[in-house]
Amino acid sequence: MNTSSSNLKKIVIEPVTRVEGHGKVTILLDENNKVHRTLLHVVEFRGFERFIIGRPYWEIPVLVQRLCGICPVSHHLAAAKAMDVIVGGEKLTPTAEKMRRLMHYGQMFQSHSLHFFHLCSPDLLFGFDADPAIRNVIGVAQKFPELAVQGVMMRKYGQEVILRTAGKKIHGTGAIPGGINKNLTIEERDYLLKDIDQMVEWAQSALKIAKDYSVENLEKVIPFGSFESNHLSLIREDGAMDLYHGNLRAIDAQGNKIFDQVDYQNYLDYINEEVRDYSYMKFPFIKFLGPQDGWYRVGPLARVNTADFIDTPLAEAARKEFMAVTDGKPNNLTLAYHWARMIENLHSIEEIKILLDDPDLQGNALVVKGERRDEGVGLIEAPRGTLFHHYKVDENDQITMANLIVSTTNNNEPMNRAVQKVALDHISGVPEITEGLLNHVEVAIRAYDPCLSCATHAMGQMPLEISIVDCEGRLIDRKSKR
Amino acid sequence: MSETITFTIDGVEVKGKAGQTIMQAADGNGIYIPRLCYLEGCEPFASCRVCTVIVNGRPQAACTQPIAPGIVVENNSPEVTQIRKDIVEMMFVEGNHFCPFCDKSGNCELQAMAYRLGILAPKYPYLFPVCELDASHPYIFIDPNRCILCGRCVQASRDLDGKHVFDFVGRGPHKKIRVNAAVRLADTNLDITDKACDVCPVGAILKKGVGYAVPVGQRLYDKEPIGSDIESKAK
Repeated sequence: MNTSSSNLKKIVIEPVTRVEGHGKVTILLDENNKVHRTLLHVVEFRGFERFIIGRPYWEIPVLVQRLCGICPVSHHLAAAKAMDVIVGGEKLTPTAEKMRRLMHYGQMFQSHSLHFFHLCSPDLLFGFDADPAIRNVIGVAQKFPELAVQGVMMRKYGQEVILRTAGKKIHGTGAIPGGINKNLTIEERDYLLKDIDQMVEWAQSALKIAKDYSVENLEKVIPFGSFESNHLSLIREDGAMDLYHGNLRAIDAQGNKIFDQVDYQNYLDYINEEVRDYSYMKFPFIKFLGPQDGWYRVGPLARVNTADFIDTPLAEAARKEFMAVTDGKPNNLTLAYHWARMIENLHSIEEIKILLDDPDLQGNALVVKGERRDEGVGLIEAPRGTLFHHYKVDENDQITMANLIVSTTNNNEPMNRAVQKVALDHISGVPEITEGLLNHVEVAIRAYDPCLSCATHAMGQMPLEISIVDCEGRLIDRKSKR
Repeated sequence: MSETITFTIDGVEVKGKAGQTIMQAADGNGIYIPRLCYLEGCEPFASCRVCTVIVNGRPQAACTQPIAPGIVVENNSPEVTQIRKDIVEMMFVEGNHFCPFCDKSGNCELQAMAYRLGILAPKYPYLFPVCELDASHPYIFIDPNRCILCGRCVQASRDLDGKHVFDFVGRGPHKKIRVNAAVRLADTNLDITDKACDVCPVGAILKKGVGYAVPVGQRLYDKEPIGSDIESKAK
């Protein structure tokens, strides 16, 4: 960071909402308040990759899910998939795979619903600059009570699915190496079927809100924090969106395939991570493109962009509408994440409905094991994007190496770019920082659905602070939302 | 026929047989006295002290104290409960007990005891001991982080299996369980069918590769608290 050669002022946003920890944004301004540089720092150090060393491999799916209280199922399943490889059980029984898929779609449904209704809807419904006293979930509940109830009930439904597949709504134990520890009883199935049609209907109405907002505000949506990027996700062998399993596909901003159908056991041949001195979060990139050109987006926007089709009818129709906006080319708009997220939400509840009618869920063949291996990689499409878990295990069954590339890490560079774009468009040259200005920065980050925002923004108490400090450390101005 | 002895537990008159301990007599009357080191079929040796009761005004270990005519036993009084809570809390802080990912969770007697006694968080400072796992055995692994030094494995190996795989070493705060080999469990004659592999009340001695096979909701203490099996005899 070069601050010595000019009279740069530093704006620090600390903390910003982020996954399971703290982050901050630094914006450097010159003497005319023009943005010189922006940085998104992740200042929280977790250490999971280190302290699980030595633990027995079967503990890992239960242990590492503690990374997150919002999407533990994603870590649980990614680790379980890696351990499937370790025990030679990656070809799961139909019951085990479908139970895991059901768990995962339930997770996707609750997480996407939580983000849309609790976190981002206040911005979309009231405006980025609206009075913060109403621009929160309580404001939504007061002005749009039916919508608020839908959000709560949709999230609850997803959690009920998780409860019946993982044993607990948060931090369950369902997935074990080589399979699952329970099937779905008829009573559990019937309980979930009771409300399924209502959930599909509400998922459609949520999708309509996201779509209408995007279409009706295109002038605002197109430039807001947007930029061209590569996109990466898992993809099914036939090119369909698959949130649970598949091979890796990466495309560029125009939709050209960078690589396709890559077995993720070989991800290290394709993905590398760069370390920068201002953040504990690494910067992944496509290896042969290098860190400058190889960074990519993950998550709902990337997945809808990379998929050739979605194999559930309502979500596929929605995908076609979404892609029509960009004439079939990848959509590179940051705010389009919301629309894409609601397409996935609809897809997830459609998948749940299909699965609940599948008698394989009542099967009793739960676990398979085969040739023991000493290394395994598990990938899954978590709500926030592609999640990598990679482990090595010694002959005593103890973990010797762990490498986790979590969804938000994959989106590190895109979030930095989004912050920079918003700062350039909305902060540069502005003499006084307003609360609405702070929220513009947050909106750009929030589009990527960082986990921690739920604990703060959802209550309208986002502990965001911006300080303007000159390059000699003198405080010039400070605004706080505490 | 053994002589019948009458005494009271928490003011209720109960009967036992001469030669029984207070715990045995209480069990027979459907009264649960908490315990962690007691192992059916082995000689009790009052290691954990969780079964402490107050007998005629003096704390005694119920697993070793014989009954006597007319004794007055306090088992469920605030004072006794506090003694037990303190003992169990000390067990928690002496080790590294991370219930959230322990595969004994839900089947763990220490965890169940904490729930039963209403322990929310220990008041003592954690010691965070540094412990190394012994995963050398092909079927069994030892996690000393979770050991509460109850001695069940020592007793079971010696008295039930006729082996000597485990034993105590050191005294006081330096007391540990060690295996009867130069370094590793793999160098002992422990077999997966040994009783010693099944008696650990916590997750210190576990079978490999089978963790979490029982879903949440179906584990031993998911539905009823520890001791319910004994208390059901009184109903």
